[in-house]
Amino acid sequence: MTQSVSYVRDTMLPAQDPPALQSGPVKWVLDNLFSGWLNTILTLVSLYVIYQVLSGILPWMFGGIWDASSLTQCREIRDTELGGKEVACWAVIASRWKQLLFGFYPPESYWRVVLALVLFLAAVAPILFSGLPRKMLWLAVVAPFVVFWLLWGGTIWGPICVALGFVLGWAVLTYGEDIAGELAAILGAILIPILYWLFLAGPLARGIADFSSPILGFSSVISLVGATMAAAGIYLVTRRSSEIGATLLAIVAIIMWWAVVDPYLLVRFGLLEFASGAGLSAFGIEYVPSKQFGGFMLSFILGMSGIVLSLPIGIMLALGRQSDLFIINKFSVIFIEVIRGVPLIVWLFTASLLLAYFLPPGTSFDILLRVVIMVTLFSSAYIAEVIRGGLAALPRGQYEGADSLGLDYWQSMRLIILPQALKISIPGIVNTFIGLFKDTTLVAFIGLLDPIGLMTTIRATTDWNGIYWELFVFIGLLFFICCFSMSRYSQYLEKTLRTDHR
Amino acid sequence: MTTISEQPGEPFRISQLIYDTRYRSLTIQMIAFILIMLGLGWLVNNTVENLAALGKDFDFGFFGSRSGYDINQKLIEYSSSDTHARAVLVGILNTLLVAVLGCALATIFGVIAGVLRLSKNWIVARLMTVYVEGFRNVPVLLWIIVIMAIMSESMPEPKDFRGDDPEATMIAGSIAVTNRGVYVPGVVFTRSLGGNETAATGDGAGETVPTGSGLDWLVILGVLGASIYASRVIAHRADKTQEETGVRPKTGLIQAGTIILPTVAVLILLGAQMARPELKSFNFSGGIHMRNSLIALWFALSLYTGAFIAEIVRAGILAVSTGQTEAAFALGIRPSSTMKLVILPQALRVIIPPLISQYLNLTKNSSLAIAVGYMDVRSTLGGITLNQTGRELECMLLLGLFYLVTSLIISGAMNIYNNVVKLKER
Repeated sequence: MTQSVSYVRDTMLPAQDPPALQSGPVKWVLDNLFSGWLNTILTLVSLYVIYQVLSGILPWMFGGIWDASSLTQCREIRDTELGGKEVACWAVIASRWKQLLFGFYPPESYWRVVLALVLFLAAVAPILFSGLPRKMLWLAVVAPFVVFWLLWGGTIWGPICVALGFVLGWAVLTYGEDIAGELAAILGAILIPILYWLFLAGPLARGIADFSSPILGFSSVISLVGATMAAAGIYLVTRRSSEIGATLLAIVAIIMWWAVVDPYLLVRFGLLEFASGAGLSAFGIEYVPSKQFGGFMLSFILGMSGIVLSLPIGIMLALGRQSDLFIINKFSVIFIEVIRGVPLIVWLFTASLLLAYFLPPGTSFDILLRVVIMVTLFSSAYIAEVIRGGLAALPRGQYEGADSLGLDYWQSMRLIILPQALKISIPGIVNTFIGLFKDTTLVAFIGLLDPIGLMTTIRATTDWNGIYWELFVFIGLLFFICCFSMSRYSQYLEKTLRTDHR
Repeated sequence: MTTISEQPGEPFRISQLIYDTRYRSLTIQMIAFILIMLGLGWLVNNTVENLAALGKDFDFGFFGSRSGYDINQKLIEYSSSDTHARAVLVGILNTLLVAVLGCALATIFGVIAGVLRLSKNWIVARLMTVYVEGFRNVPVLLWIIVIMAIMSESMPEPKDFRGDDPEATMIAGSIAVTNRGVYVPGVVFTRSLGGNETAATGDGAGETVPTGSGLDWLVILGVLGASIYASRVIAHRADKTQEETGVRPKTGLIQAGTIILPTVAVLILLGAQMARPELKSFNFSGGIHMRNSLIALWFALSLYTGAFIAEIVRAGILAVSTGQTEAAFALGIRPSSTMKLVILPQALRVIIPPLISQYLNLTKNSSLAIAVGYMDVRSTLGGITLNQTGRELECMLLLGLFYLVTSLIISGAMNIYNNVVKLKER
């Protein structure tokens, strides 16, 4: 059949492009930037501001001088080679960046700080990101002690002896329950480590470090006890598989102990002749006193230890504030309000000026430790308020549901309430952490050399007298990167933890 | 016959203190109480011992003695021969001054940035994001130092304003921004209530120096407050008339007049005059001199806190669902009234509590004045007075108390407000 109506088209024309003003970037610009007179003015003003700022900053920044030994030389180069154009003198960063990062830490030991940082990041990674293997959590258990040892140096036995306290507490809690009952086990797990730290840990660490002393004394006793315990432990653990093998292993352990850990014992008994020997007991790295800590590393140490330590204290305070127990409730309220009501700088001055009054006469301890304690207490009060908000935001049904399941207080908190409350409070907690990290700059006022304190130090030298903006930019950028990534992480966490269907 | 005898109550056993939940909480509390008291006692005992060892006592008598130091930025009369107590008062007023100025400016910055961040204009929204993230993620201390450096390093010297073709000019002919501070016009009362002194100036001519301007300002504020109250009464009457008759009497002009006229009259009666800063010899004189320290602290705190307030404002606006606006339009309420009657009351309920806690933060952060040498209460009471008298314990205690009381007052006010605006549910 032929086409009956000749003028009816049987094929479609290709679609025409929409009008130029109604599509593509042009439409976007019209819609977003010039949709009305007010918007147009705003756009123009913003463009002008951006142009002014960038045209001022970009040439200054990217034309900067990297190679000079002092500000005077920088200015000479600027006047002779660049015709007097205002440019940045990045040479100060090039020559002092190590100091801004590490303070007065001995340069040959920078690797220790870097290693500590890597270890720290590896330890927190499995806590921060749920996709990583759970076995990595063991790193988080070991890391605090190793990081501490790497940073401060000295003998390795100090941190190990402190860690032993935790092992002791854990052992009492696990095995004590069968022997003495639950309550006694909990009390023992709290009291025994504290007593151990107060009275035994110090002498023990010193004793082990003194293995090399030729005098037969306390350290020899420790050495003997240690060898016996190591042998007994190995024997008990391996006994199940084979009695003879276990005995052999125990004997090997004792020999290894005297060969590797404490060869000096044999020297003392006159069985061996060592002029100067090895042995694990003497193992240590150069001790670095706290006053050499500085720069960004100091901010990081203060911030991170404050963050890690303040979270558990903050949770306890929040629970205390929600508690029905009158005295505990009032104590938490007063503590939180007093800490929050007074600025951090006043607390820091308290730590540096007044702490000596509150402690027994004659005690004095490290300023860095004092600051860490103050910063921890300070941020734990803020964390407590954030978590209290999370606890209050949970519907009552959750509490009642936990009760009706027959869970006791700690079980219901651990299994039902806190996981949800903490999830709700994540943004607040991270904000508190960011605030804490930024506030570590205040330690400059009590004589610690954080980046801002170092800025004054650098400017006080004749080479760099009068330099401002380059240091500001460098330090500001460092802080910005850290804080900004923390806030991004909190957004990521909110997204992954969001279980409601929206 | 059977007798119903009472079930003999179980005798109380000591072990119940631990194993019976009814008594256990009491036990825990008693132990906690004893531990807390022991801890406190230990601290107090140590302090007493330490003080005795140093030969110091605990005495606030030093407040009556001569301070012997000068304060360059002050709101009330003060000289180095005044007492420590007055120096502390000057410091407290300075803290409050920068706190009030900062809160006001931070609110302005925050509201503008928060609203603009929600703007459909892509560039403006991005620009505001850069502002907010930039200030939120860098320590405020650094910002204070940066602004201080901008003020003292990049601003023109007073001598640049001199000559026929000066390198720098005053903004609007009356504000001079120099590297020694900002000079703004001030108000001088020629017929001050406190009486005026005629002070001889360098070039021989007498200059009127107000001595009682505090009293004058008090009167002006009083009159202003009273006239605002009167205008509110008029508005209230108009509301009533509108509800009864449906016609609202025109009161706009009358209200404006009630507020403006009495205040202007008082100003004229007091002989208020604008005192412009003028360049004399090497520096400006006249007007109000705002030192760099004040300017740096004020702007840095405002910009920093403003970034946080911007986020609060944004969250508050986003928290009001669009359904509310649509419902208001469906009811036939005009856009302006929708904003006033529907959106704002709901947004403010979300905005105000965190806003006030930001004010609190700003007030506490004002103690960073130490970085620029602004003489706030920390620099007087916790700084020079402490160092001169050597009474760390007393000074730090009072300093902490001052901040604590300020915070408690502000958060108390916030709690009252929260209770007033709380959604009345069920």
